[in-house]
Amino acid sequence: MKQKRSLLEKAAAVPHMVWIVLFILGPLLFVLYFAFTDTKGSFSFSNIELLTSYSHIFFLSICFALVATAFCLLIGYPLAFVMARAKPSSQKLLMLLLMLPMWISLLIRTYSLMTLLDNGGLVNSLLTAMGLDTVSIVGTGGAVILGMVYDFLPYMVLPIYTSISKLDKRYLEAAADLGCNGFQTLFRVVLPLTVPGIVSGITMVFVPSISTFYISQKLGGGNFDLIGDTIERQFKYASTYHIGAAISLVMMILILISIAVMNRFSDGDGEEMIV
Amino acid sequence: MKKTITVCLLLCMLALFLPVFASCGGGDVVTLYVYNWGEYVSDGTEGSLDVNAAFEEWYEREYGVRVKVNYSTYSSNEDMYAKISSGAANYDIVIPSDYMIARMIEEGLLRELDLANIPNVEYIDYSLMFGDEMPYYDPTNSYSVPYTYGTVGIIYNTTMVDEADLGSWDIMWNEKYAGNVLQFNNSRDAFATALFKLGYSVNTENEQEWRDALALLMLQKPIVQGYVMDEVFNKMENGSAAIAPYYAGDFFTMYADNEDLAFCYPEEGTNVFVDAMCVPTSSQNPEIAERYINFMLSGEAAIANAEYICYASPNRLVLEDEDYRATMEEIHPDAMKILYGTEDIPMEFYENLPEEHLMMVNSLWEELKIESPINTSIIVMAGAILGTSVGAGVYFAVRARKRRKIVATLWHN
Amino acid sequence: MKILSRTYMWVVFALLYAPILVLVIFSFNDGGSLSAYTGFSFRWYGELFRDQVALQSLKNSFFLAASSSLLATVIGTFAALGLDRMRNRYVKGAVNSVTNIPMMNPDIVTGVSMMLLFVALGGMLGLGDVLGKWTMLIAHTTFSLPYVILSVMPRFKQFDKTLREAALDLGCTPAQSFFKVELPAIVPGIVSGLVMAFTLSLDDFVISHFVSSPDFQTLPLYIYNQTAHNVKYSMYALCTLIIATILVLLLAVNFAGSVGDRTKRRREALK
Repeated sequence: MKQKRSLLEKAAAVPHMVWIVLFILGPLLFVLYFAFTDTKGSFSFSNIELLTSYSHIFFLSICFALVATAFCLLIGYPLAFVMARAKPSSQKLLMLLLMLPMWISLLIRTYSLMTLLDNGGLVNSLLTAMGLDTVSIVGTGGAVILGMVYDFLPYMVLPIYTSISKLDKRYLEAAADLGCNGFQTLFRVVLPLTVPGIVSGITMVFVPSISTFYISQKLGGGNFDLIGDTIERQFKYASTYHIGAAISLVMMILILISIAVMNRFSDGDGEEMIV
Repeated sequence: MKKTITVCLLLCMLALFLPVFASCGGGDVVTLYVYNWGEYVSDGTEGSLDVNAAFEEWYEREYGVRVKVNYSTYSSNEDMYAKISSGAANYDIVIPSDYMIARMIEEGLLRELDLANIPNVEYIDYSLMFGDEMPYYDPTNSYSVPYTYGTVGIIYNTTMVDEADLGSWDIMWNEKYAGNVLQFNNSRDAFATALFKLGYSVNTENEQEWRDALALLMLQKPIVQGYVMDEVFNKMENGSAAIAPYYAGDFFTMYADNEDLAFCYPEEGTNVFVDAMCVPTSSQNPEIAERYINFMLSGEAAIANAEYICYASPNRLVLEDEDYRATMEEIHPDAMKILYGTEDIPMEFYENLPEEHLMMVNSLWEELKIESPINTSIIVMAGAILGTSVGAGVYFAVRARKRRKIVATLWHN
Repeated sequence: MKILSRTYMWVVFALLYAPILVLVIFSFNDGGSLSAYTGFSFRWYGELFRDQVALQSLKNSFFLAASSSLLATVIGTFAALGLDRMRNRYVKGAVNSVTNIPMMNPDIVTGVSMMLLFVALGGMLGLGDVLGKWTMLIAHTTFSLPYVILSVMPRFKQFDKTLREAALDLGCTPAQSFFKVELPAIVPGIVSGLVMAFTLSLDDFVISHFVSSPDFQTLPLYIYNQTAHNVKYSMYALCTLIIATILVLLLAVNFAGSVGDRTKRRREALK
């Protein structure tokens, strides 16, 4: 039976549609508009041409984000695996422990990490007290990576944990029956089956890492200009909106492409990888 | 029943909206909008005088009108300028720095003051700042009344710095302190350190001289721990950095928390600035604003502010006050000398640069900021990761296809 | 092996919590330092409650979160209803993908794009600088919308359509059937969407950073300004209080969840 839709049903989505056209599509159109106009408002490619002088910023940011994502994966996967294998009763507590940092503002976490690692911070005070040399951590590239890993690790662990704990236990039993040892099970069965979790973990770490500005400002001491810092400066301090819009546009396209690539990678369902 | 829930929800929403989003219209109270730098007025913390509250009280007593001071803050002249020039906000009092006042007068954003409402202006000692001349930014001296003035110097940690290296801007380029030097995170102040070191004017119109300064800043970049503004307080207080150029008045705040810190003026000269009270043209209550300025110049308020902010005060009532001197000496033995004894050091104001010149400076600054130290290890790691993941992707794709083929052949057979 | 993996897990958690713990411990420090502990005191908590700016930004944060999450929930719920009933597949797909843009985009791009819109529109309409509480409200509502729709949509999809037909057959008008039969079934989705939107709004810094003005500060913006300036040690007290609140809320949700589970299981057992 084909129902007649009431007026309410027909009109229900209209406010939402108006809203998203105004406040999601509208802003993006303005990004496009600003990226392709000069300060006088006439069409020009000058902002895009200027981007060549920012190419090494893009390169550096991608490098930083890649390394941070890789570390998150290397640290996060075993963690998720161990967590998923824990007793069901303690899993709840472990989940809580994992969720708590996610809910605490990134600002607080980054800042407390910075004060801990600073030249005059607790770590260095302890080192001096033990008669060792102090190490300058803040202001180096390593500190920025460390900050990214520290801040975004839970985003990697959570989806992987979910996909491991959803795993059909019979696969593991089958693997064991067929003579796999623990490592073989992990690498040949569990890992391929949790690819979707890994992929969403990678996206959830990579996107904020590549666009961060707070972490590089605090832990990098303003020495490392990442894409986020550059954009922030154009909008908050230099008022050069046109260049800022061009950089944002390129970053957005870059990220959408990488998300699309990642999704394609995970589309091939993990199951066919074991066979 | 469900309908009532929806209605209730909507009502709740409205109720929540009202207090925040409805502008509060309250009786006969006049609101005076004051727009100032952060932490730039005595606000009643730690036993100081709450100047704004004192003004409200005084005004009601004196003129019988209730005034409410709406106090908000900005963190740079440029922020404030953007807000005022956009015309959206109607502030009654702003406190810009010298070069910004010149620009705002030029653009007609400031209102000529009626000095009859500001009799206390007689206490201002202009000779402290300008010698025999008129303020360069306000040649007729009719748009602004100085609030504080200050200088830039080098703050250093005595436990980390050799006395012999002091006395010049060179110390900020000294390799010995690599990783322990802080630099300003704003173009004008950072370039000034390099321009002074080179012996150029900070207002030079010669592009080559700015380029030389940029080259010098680029040279400095590897030994700089960070480009900071107010983060400098914590970094210097907890000993995370050894050397930082900053405003003299702020040194005392840091010294209060870390007695190892000391202050010196570089011999090549340094920047002096004046922050002065002005009334924007858009002000709705210029008369009350002028009386506010007058109140700020009165002994009580001016001393409270000078003791709270620790910047130099151009007000004679402050300078001649014994208590003020005693308080400052208590804060730091050389406080009066650092703030007021600057006759021997060459000083230069920032002037308002022409628009295209400012843009040039900004683009040079951008060049400095986007220059990142090469991090070979990180780049190599990233390359390796990319290589591994692409390799793994191809390997798995090929293997999956092969297996699918095998399965298919098996199926057909 | 087991011991090894256990140790690994606890080491990672310890590292994850170390900075936070240090912050919490030093918020009770008598002196103003993050490297030397000089004695226990509530001094900074006292300072915090005298700090008008901090209290005002807390208030702003809550009002903004409440109003933006309610607005997003109302718009989002109706949108989910409309999308559920929509017959044109292409329109539906288009609306869905546009809605999800803020979820995919990095926050900074969302923030910057909205700032451009507001600044440009403000200039065109001659309103001047429009950034402030209204732009914050719009921005927060916008980025909460996809999450609301995401949690309400499945409820509509799961809803048994025959129930609605039954209601219509029994003489309900379509509106009555919606409010009396369908709405109660989707309320859990609405509530979780509302909670989600509320917490997202409370937590957001990046987007607010671009669409706000100094006269309307939320808590994250206040913390940012503090860390960019001379940090008052009362900020550590503030952070500790925030962490404690989150901990209590998470525990409560968890506890409520486990109690709910238990009653559900018990009810099932009784059947």
